[in-house]
Amino acid sequence: MREGADEQVRQANMATLARAPGERLKALWSDAKLETEHKIVRGPETGLVTVRGRIGGGGSPFNVGEVTVTRATVKLAGGAVGHSYALGRDKEKSRIAALFDALWQDESLQPRLATEVIKPLARELEAADTQTKEQTAATRVDFFTMVRGED
Amino acid sequence: MYVAVKGGEAAIRNAHRLLADKRRGDRSVPALRLDQIVEQLALGVDRVMAEGSLYDRELAALAITQARGDMIEAVFLVRAFRTTLPRFGYTRAADTGAMLVERRISATYKDMPGGQLLGPTFDYTHRLLEPEIAAGLDPETPESREADDGAMPRVTDILAHEELIEEDGAVPQGKPVADISREALEFPLERDARLQALARGDEGFLLALAYSTQRGYARSHPFVGEIRIGEIDFELDVPELPFPVPLGRIQVTECQMVNQFKGSAKAPPQFTRGYGLVFGQSERKAMAMSLCDRALRTSELGEDIVAPAQDEEFVISHSDNVQATGFVEHLKLPHYVDFQAELDLVRRMRAEARQAATEHKEAAE
Repeated sequence: MREGADEQVRQANMATLARAPGERLKALWSDAKLETEHKIVRGPETGLVTVRGRIGGGGSPFNVGEVTVTRATVKLAGGAVGHSYALGRDKEKSRIAALFDALWQDESLQPRLATEVIKPLARELEAADTQTKEQTAATRVDFFTMVRGED
Repeated sequence: MYVAVKGGEAAIRNAHRLLADKRRGDRSVPALRLDQIVEQLALGVDRVMAEGSLYDRELAALAITQARGDMIEAVFLVRAFRTTLPRFGYTRAADTGAMLVERRISATYKDMPGGQLLGPTFDYTHRLLEPEIAAGLDPETPESREADDGAMPRVTDILAHEELIEEDGAVPQGKPVADISREALEFPLERDARLQALARGDEGFLLALAYSTQRGYARSHPFVGEIRIGEIDFELDVPELPFPVPLGRIQVTECQMVNQFKGSAKAPPQFTRGYGLVFGQSERKAMAMSLCDRALRTSELGEDIVAPAQDEEFVISHSDNVQATGFVEHLKLPHYVDFQAELDLVRRMRAEARQAATEHKEAAE
């Protein structure tokens, strides 16, 4: 159970890092001074991932087209291995995200990683979503019925 | 016979140098930056991503600049770039019902859960040119309103009960998902392969075909069940992780076209459907795609093929503008030897025709 919860958090972190603007992640990372020695096992390398939709929205899958994705894998001196995948071609962002994932496996570092990197990013992404939702909501049509005649 | 003709290297080199100069244009005008194109010519960027079949805004913007705004040339550049990259795999199929919606309308249902959200649309504008845009004035900040976090189900799911409308489409069980970028097209196609081809198909070509169905060439009595635009999360299964890895979000446009159908030997009377799903904000393309998808389901639904839009081989073989432009534009490349051969042939045929006429005349005398 505990492992499942850990995996969920790790996956949520990856989602936040993947969506984060590269420049913002780099700034937070440099401020957090979490950079540490590591070996690059793979990448950072850019490739294609084919995006799938479903016929009619919920039917059989079909391929819509490709998207650029950059991934990296790093290994720390202690043996922890971290991975990252994200849309786009930002290699430095990919390296930092993989290093984050490797460091996250050291539980003593988690509070710092969460406070200094993940939480600010998540907060900013959430605020952007809220703005999109609220601006879209303002374009919602409120239908009303015109009543003509006496009764 | 193939005869290599050398020469022209210097001419080509200088032509490309001249092209680069013309592309830059008047040096007293500031050079465009890619972020300006991404932000301010966003729908052009989206079109290049959709038809180039590669979602990457910055690359599409670069292609548009390099192509001097020639959209098909830009699509060509993007397609060429794609071939240089390794493939990492296929995402899990996205759930468009879970979209962060930026626009969502239905022409069939006024009151639906989540409501009608117009979003950033050209609809209901007066199509009058606005000189203040040229003056570079900043527009007003958009209005905001509290958003309810309620679900926004697909309209087709709301309609699905009573069997008045057909279900989401399925291809035969056990078949792998078709990938036209990996295998050559083999007609007849399954619907998944057709949709992939339509998703990257030329907007103008699909628009014209869709229009032809409305004008009576395979009429399908369409209604827009729903159009939605927004961002969807995508996930990828990878061997190194025990869970699907989130990749981030992609903006797509989805169109659910609902069509009247009187029934056939193969299907009962009910509303049938056409589906469109396109990268970016590409509403016209998604609508045209859904109309073409429905028209191309003729055989599946037991209808007669009576119009071009229903002819799968015709539509799909000619929908790709990179293939089309390649074959049309190759005609301008040197065909000197081909043409010499044809010239000789025509000379010979004329001589023979002349001789035959003379012999005929002599025989008559």
